[in-house]
Amino acid sequence: MLAYIIRRVAQSILVLLVTGFVAFSMFSFVGDPIDNMLGQERTVADIARLREQLGLDQPFFVQYWRFLEQAAQGNFGLSYRQGRPVSDILIERLPATLELAFVSGLLALCGGIGLGIFTAIRKRGVSANVIMTLSLVGVSLPTFLIGILLIYLFSVELGWLPSFGRGEVTRLGGWTTGFLTESGLKALILPAITLGLYQMTLIMRLVRTEMLEVLRMDYIRFARARGIRERAINFHHALKNTLVPVITITGLQLGSIIAFAIITETVFQWPGVGLLFINAVQFVDIPVMAAYLMMISVMFVGINLIVDLLYFAIDPRLRVDRSAAGGH
Amino acid sequence: MTQTELRPKADPARPSRFSRAVNSDLFHSFRSNPVAVVSAIVVMVLILAAVFAPLVAPHDPFNPATLNLMNGFTPPGEANAFTGDFFVLGTDDQGRDVFSTILYGMRISLFVGFSAVLFAMVLGVILGLIAGYVGGWVETIIMRIADIQLTFPAILVAMLIFGIAKGITPPAYRDQMAIWVLIVAIGLSDWVQFARVVRGATLVEKNREYVQAAKIAGRSAFSIMLRHILPNVMNSVLVIATISLALAIIAEATLSFLGVGAPPTKPSLGTLISIGQGFMFSGEWWILIFPALTLLALALSINLLGDWLRDALNPKLR
Repeated sequence: MLAYIIRRVAQSILVLLVTGFVAFSMFSFVGDPIDNMLGQERTVADIARLREQLGLDQPFFVQYWRFLEQAAQGNFGLSYRQGRPVSDILIERLPATLELAFVSGLLALCGGIGLGIFTAIRKRGVSANVIMTLSLVGVSLPTFLIGILLIYLFSVELGWLPSFGRGEVTRLGGWTTGFLTESGLKALILPAITLGLYQMTLIMRLVRTEMLEVLRMDYIRFARARGIRERAINFHHALKNTLVPVITITGLQLGSIIAFAIITETVFQWPGVGLLFINAVQFVDIPVMAAYLMMISVMFVGINLIVDLLYFAIDPRLRVDRSAAGGH
Repeated sequence: MTQTELRPKADPARPSRFSRAVNSDLFHSFRSNPVAVVSAIVVMVLILAAVFAPLVAPHDPFNPATLNLMNGFTPPGEANAFTGDFFVLGTDDQGRDVFSTILYGMRISLFVGFSAVLFAMVLGVILGLIAGYVGGWVETIIMRIADIQLTFPAILVAMLIFGIAKGITPPAYRDQMAIWVLIVAIGLSDWVQFARVVRGATLVEKNREYVQAAKIAGRSAFSIMLRHILPNVMNSVLVIATISLALAIIAEATLSFLGVGAPPTKPSLGTLISIGQGFMFSGEWWILIFPALTLLALALSINLLGDWLRDALNPKLR
């Protein structure tokens, strides 16, 4: 157990070091920072002085180490485009993304598990089949298209919900929230559905498959033979045993929700970090790109680590399997 | 006149390639699955329409000489109020025929999709074969890179690669290079799937007797990998390639929609949807809806074909 945890943590650190390396290389290879900072009228002496000041005359790995030190303190320099510290901009934008991700994650989880159970129990029912077919359409429909179609229906045609922005937000210390105002909540609905729909279909299909698998097991048949009510079998005996893989996948999906938020935020002009990143890519704003990359990799690696450990804690059988199969 | 007279070389005991294909299990499973047949027809029609776009399209949307600004915003199925010209799916703000722009846009979408998958496939298969067959530290390095990349969603990796490539290419070439950068970005974000599956299959195959026999016969490692192991792992590779194709087309559309893909001078389906979104609020729905439906039809039918192929080639999964 301990060896496993140590190995997983070491692996996570390796991932962070590699992404840090990628982020650092972006600075070194994409454009010369000296060009970005000094104007047209510069002397060779100016360049040399700045180069020394910034530590650019140091060996590659010394620079890499210094970058990691700075990054660990959340210092990524100034945005090329906005001229403000990248960390300030990120912190300002983060609440919007986290709120959106939280609501759509919740939606995906509740909707996915509910529909998954339904389609598994009513395997041959008409409505279950309709839902399954629709879910395939949902998987094929790109996120941005879902967003646009929702805007078209609910904002343009029906005029019920706003098509862009966060609505009115309330400041709570360093955090801005849209949960407390009516327009903030209204503005949240469409983006949350857009972002959550894909994950919801994934969770739904997963729950259904797992549930069908479990319902075939002997102990379920035995429970039926004992005359236990169908309801108790489905929810008490079967559902419990399907939740392990669901937790894992959902945890991992949390990471992709944050990544797919880039698309949703662009469609709805939602002022979060995803929109910031896509603008940075468009304008080649390297510090913002690097900082976003580092931030998101810390999140992903953290989530993966927690999910792995959780998985390990929930299912004792895995402790044996994993160490036996442990090729890497 | 009998079959044998038409093909004198064919051995009568051995059926021709064509009839073997028609009588194969795969084709039988295809014929008995209406969803697969319909999706295949849709995919074929769309691909043919895209390939022969210059012949099929009623207008050349990228030749300014043929455009008439007076034709702008013609609704679908109606004649234009000023010029009396007729457009099946209407026109956009510059008077470009939406039907024609979709055909040309689909060409770019399909080209990027196929090229990216091909690139990912070649890269993934080669690295997977090497990792599985050679093993040791080579395998550790390749698979560790794959693991790390898999931590991040493919679309994010593709965006990042696109951003870096944009920073490296000089501004004058950016529009020209955009399509190729897109192919490399999507391809690099997708090779991991191929590498993992091929490595897994190679690990199994390499201990089989035929590989041992080939080794004893003095075949080089290169030739064993390419001529003996590869054909046996090709089934799984094909299934992943089909599913990857749908994903690649969606990824391309997404990137182009976000403005980090195909440039407006060479619009793909994603670029067209992004242009159409601008007219959604003013009521010109056709500029948005028709490219969107085309993209949906393309992605959905390729997905359905992939589903069928996976079940047909791997009966164990069912």
